[in-house]
Amino acid sequence: MPDPFLLRALLAGLGLAIVAAPLGCFVVWRRMAYYGETVAQAGLIGVALGLAFSLNLTASVLMVTLAISLLLVVLSRQQVVPFDSLLGLLAHAALAIGVIAASLVRGQQIDLMAFLFGDIFAITIGDLRWIMFGGAAALVALAFVWRPLLSLSVHEDLAAAEGLPTERLKLVFVLILALVVAIAIKIVGALLTIAFLIMPAAAARPLSETPEQMALFAGIFGMLSVVLGLFVSVAFDTPGGPSIVLMLALFFVVSIIPTILRQRG
Amino acid sequence: MPTLAFEERGHRPEQSGHAHDHGHEHDHHHHHHHHGPHSHTPVAHDPNALVSARGLELTRSGRAILQRVDIDIRPGEIVTVIGPNGAGKTTLARTLLGLERPDRGSIVRQPGLVIGYAPQRFEVDRAIPLTVERFVKLGRRADQADIDRVLRQVGAEALGDRQLSELSGGELQRVVLARALIRSPGLLVLDEPVRGVDFAGEAELYTLIGKLRTENGFGVLLISHDLHVVMAQSDRVLCLNRHVCCSGVPESVAQHPEYARLFGPQAARAFGLYHHHHDHRHDLAGEPLPERSGDRAPRDSEPRG
Repeated sequence: MPDPFLLRALLAGLGLAIVAAPLGCFVVWRRMAYYGETVAQAGLIGVALGLAFSLNLTASVLMVTLAISLLLVVLSRQQVVPFDSLLGLLAHAALAIGVIAASLVRGQQIDLMAFLFGDIFAITIGDLRWIMFGGAAALVALAFVWRPLLSLSVHEDLAAAEGLPTERLKLVFVLILALVVAIAIKIVGALLTIAFLIMPAAAARPLSETPEQMALFAGIFGMLSVVLGLFVSVAFDTPGGPSIVLMLALFFVVSIIPTILRQRG
Repeated sequence: MPTLAFEERGHRPEQSGHAHDHGHEHDHHHHHHHHGPHSHTPVAHDPNALVSARGLELTRSGRAILQRVDIDIRPGEIVTVIGPNGAGKTTLARTLLGLERPDRGSIVRQPGLVIGYAPQRFEVDRAIPLTVERFVKLGRRADQADIDRVLRQVGAEALGDRQLSELSGGELQRVVLARALIRSPGLLVLDEPVRGVDFAGEAELYTLIGKLRTENGFGVLLISHDLHVVMAQSDRVLCLNRHVCCSGVPESVAQHPEYARLFGPQAARAFGLYHHHHDHRHDLAGEPLPERSGDRAPRDSEPRG
């Protein structure tokens, strides 16, 4: 029987892998990796606020990721600053705020590394509850909008001309993303959350014939990476989150090599 | 067959009344639009139309894209919009589809109208693994028989299991048309559906659209840069150059001075030859003879330059 902390880490990682797989596919399809990165780094502001006001950290992070998502919806309509520049600006401003705030909070031992790269071995039963219920809510919502969201991702104008409520769908999607990012930050940290979303999906792409297959393979890669990453982490005493992400990167490389060779040949 | 506004009139080239200049029939008492000599107050929407637009104005970055455009597409009717590059054809289609918001003017759609749309440039996103069948199915939740039927109709029955990203331009156009058809549309909007298709494929595709229209009775809005290829299938043509230059049955538009001005006398002449070739009535000097009143261009014909 493994140690309880290892079991919790395993459950948290596997739970996140299951939720991240289909959501990560949409992040890849809709080219929102950098968008997600910004939301994740903004989550650090939530950490700072949570520490300053002694709130539940996941809850305060969720408030901030939801707020920043809505803000980005509004800001994406302005045309003064290119949107990707704006994302870069917000992401790094949020990172700076988060790091400064963490350094200002006194009387409490703050492990900044834990917020940047996650602390999967410090997952509590409360965190697991967040992952379970939040993750289930995200999955149900995603299943509900799967078909129209897929149509929107394939061709937005065509989807809109066919009568889909594209703006509402996009809003639902960014809110789901905000929820999952908020959950993931505790596990893999603000800087690695997006890797956890896009890497399984990217690794699954060359092997997939259908969107659902891609989500399925992404889930398998994600879960295998969690198991292998935690094993490596325990065996070699490496940090948990980065070890999992490293496994994801290896899966991606192995999966993409045949495609590259085929295109060369 | 729908009633055509100008069908009953003669089509002799020297007769100028068969294609009308927009603005002539409209109320000239209100000149508050100040858009030149053709300013008018929009007339009422056509209650029978699937889509009816009046006085569409659209400006982007200070440039007028559409100026007081009126258009109606009625059930069973193929309305073709032609015009040179940059004439606002695609913008007009997008505005009618609700993808662009006009600065002024009104669009009335028949309630519950189902639209099938084939956009001008369909770029396949390689990030999404998608078979042709699945893509078609995104248009409507359809069973296998329906999917097979529409793929057969567009001549893409062999492509069902292929990845969308592997298709050639011509194949992709057919598949996009299949997705429009699976919706059992009341209105089909096709924006230059033959771009990147060879000439034979082009003529074939238009014949197909004409045939499907007859079978299914849907209205069609067809965007094209070349009148000659589409005219055999068109019931009515709007010649667009930001504003509607002229409109009417294809033959009358092809011989309208505004059309010649837009596309050059070459295009108008080419039409004459085309028309000439098919009615086989000509004098020895090669001058076209006037047709009998009410003649239409042969529907099954293929234009020759």
